[in-house]
Amino acid sequence: MNLSETGASDKVVEMQDCSISFGGIHAVDHASLDLHKGEVVALLGHNGAGKSTFIKLLSGAYKRDSGDIRVRGEKAIINNPRDAKAYGIETIYQTLALADNVDTAANLYLGRELRTAWGTLDDVAMEASAREVMGRLNPRFQRFKEPVKALSGGQRQSVAIARAILFDAQILIMDEPTAALGPQETAQVGELIKQLKADGISIFLISHDIDDVFELADKVAVMKNGQMVGTAPLDAVTRDEVLGMIILGKCPAGAIPGPGAMLD
Amino acid sequence: MAVNPNFAAPPGARQSREPLTTRMIRATETDTRMLGMLGALLLIWICFHIFSDGRFLTPRNLWNLSVQTSSVAIMSTGMVLIIVTRHIDLSVGSILGFVAMIMGVTQTAFLPDFLGANNSFTWALTLVAGMLAGAAIGGLHGYVIAYLGVPAFIVTLGGLLVWRGAAWWVTSGQTVAPMDDNFRLMGGGPYGAIGAFWSWVVGAIACAGIVSMIAIGRRNRQRFNFPLRPVLAELTLALAGCAAVLGAVAVANSYAWPRGIVNRYATANNIEVPEGGLFIAHGIAIPVLIAVCVGIIMTFVATRTRFGRYVFAMGGNPEAAELAGINTRWVTMKIFILMGVLCAIAGAISTARLNASTNAQGTLDELLVIAAAVIGGTSLSGGIGTISGAIIGALVMQSLQSGMVLLGVDAPFQNVVVGVVLVLAVWLDGLYRRRSV
Repeated sequence: MNLSETGASDKVVEMQDCSISFGGIHAVDHASLDLHKGEVVALLGHNGAGKSTFIKLLSGAYKRDSGDIRVRGEKAIINNPRDAKAYGIETIYQTLALADNVDTAANLYLGRELRTAWGTLDDVAMEASAREVMGRLNPRFQRFKEPVKALSGGQRQSVAIARAILFDAQILIMDEPTAALGPQETAQVGELIKQLKADGISIFLISHDIDDVFELADKVAVMKNGQMVGTAPLDAVTRDEVLGMIILGKCPAGAIPGPGAMLD
Repeated sequence: MAVNPNFAAPPGARQSREPLTTRMIRATETDTRMLGMLGALLLIWICFHIFSDGRFLTPRNLWNLSVQTSSVAIMSTGMVLIIVTRHIDLSVGSILGFVAMIMGVTQTAFLPDFLGANNSFTWALTLVAGMLAGAAIGGLHGYVIAYLGVPAFIVTLGGLLVWRGAAWWVTSGQTVAPMDDNFRLMGGGPYGAIGAFWSWVVGAIACAGIVSMIAIGRRNRQRFNFPLRPVLAELTLALAGCAAVLGAVAVANSYAWPRGIVNRYATANNIEVPEGGLFIAHGIAIPVLIAVCVGIIMTFVATRTRFGRYVFAMGGNPEAAELAGINTRWVTMKIFILMGVLCAIAGAISTARLNASTNAQGTLDELLVIAAAVIGGTSLSGGIGTISGAIIGALVMQSLQSGMVLLGVDAPFQNVVVGVVLVLAVWLDGLYRRRSV
């Protein structure tokens, strides 16, 4: 790893000046954002502010029109989800992105199934580790034989999260991970994020819930109308100031303003 | 062995209140849908048997039924994968026709120039040539569908016209006949069956396979402390499987060669024909054996390989499959290549059976194949379907047709019945699914 050569300190992801438009709409308009090792960066904004789209440029679900992405200091070519995974980037999508008709173990290992010595699927081993991972995340979960279609929203959420943590991701993107969860499960996800962070995993957390963000994140980035309003370390801003960034696009003194900041 | 208490079965109180059959079905983890289909098939058979004055459930008729089903059954196994991924293939009949023409010309006009007539490699080289042609056509369809983004319905509708035209063009419409002697064995008939002894051998191997699969499954579950099926249930499954296999072999082995062929065979081999005629059993027909092998391989592919897992995941949620890093385009293309190869195998069987290739061969087969897959429980909305279901679906379709021929039903009315049954089957299936989910 040539961190020293690039002088990029411990930045694991640098998204520089990224744009994408759909038709005439600039969904993401020259947005930049960095992620350091072991850091949780919360990405906030209204519905339609471009948070999910911006992050999908990193996960490979969309291909950017312009801009650069660097992963661990090196310029990354990310044209599809497979490319992103090759860089150790895992994503938990807001839509959960599960194959409804197959069971939990098949979903957990989708795309990189365990195989036996003969190259066939090792379903038993996959089910065993699915039971182990799900047991950690959601101890009461027992419906391993059923297609995930039959599961509740919270259970599906646990499957989606288990899927991401099963694969030693170095960079984790969580798009509204607690949207479908009750208070207790939300707390579990919070614990999980802290644990992952302690393991040195860098996380992009997209959320609506400002309380969650203040509890879990190190840094906050706010988007509005596809543009970056600003980024700030969480100890330099108050909740009201962050709300001001989200609603008005007003960048407080403690934050570094982006191109989307309202000019006074 | 110690069962982890976390994985305990549902409370016993609930079980004991249920009737014995329900408990039995639960314990053996039987697919009730499959059971229903087998029941329907049996009902159709018994009805035809009664109305035809006992001519339907005879070794001869069942043997012929099995041979007639092979070609459509083989193609329906590929159609399952296509429909599971929310595509459709309307061109299978035309691909069969075109590839059959290629195979006909290969073995009658092309290979004899190099190998001489009836060389023992001719059939294999012909089959390989057909499979390559089928793979190329399927690959072309798959490429246009997956990489150029043209809907499968349109691409294969185009294919339906193109390959039917191409089949005519190979010989300018002339029928190619007769076929290579060894190649013809693939079509069945007295010589195209493996005889009583080898049929029992195949039956014994199949039984050993069933028992060892159940045993391996049980050992694997033990290894990871998963809940086990009751021993009695495992035994019932093994017994039922073996009984079905051996029963089928017994039926095939009680269908004797026709007297004329026996006498000719006896004269040729200097066998004395005893008083009352010589009994030589057909045994399992080669096309049926091919279809069973294809069924087993395709089941293996669909359930035990990554490719199969991806096919079903793509059918359940194409977006999720793509986001999970699956190369969905390449998988789609592979499915259509596979379909092309299966069309070639089916084409070889039908050519061998006809002892000719004609440019009308396989006309309307696409509808039978799609109907077989759908009757067999493949959902057109994607994600659901089994290979074994499609094969039983093909058997249901063929039983209806040959049963009606046996009863002397007019050909136009046969189509009416088949069409009504197709709609009825899908409606019932929809009811069943809505109730069970």
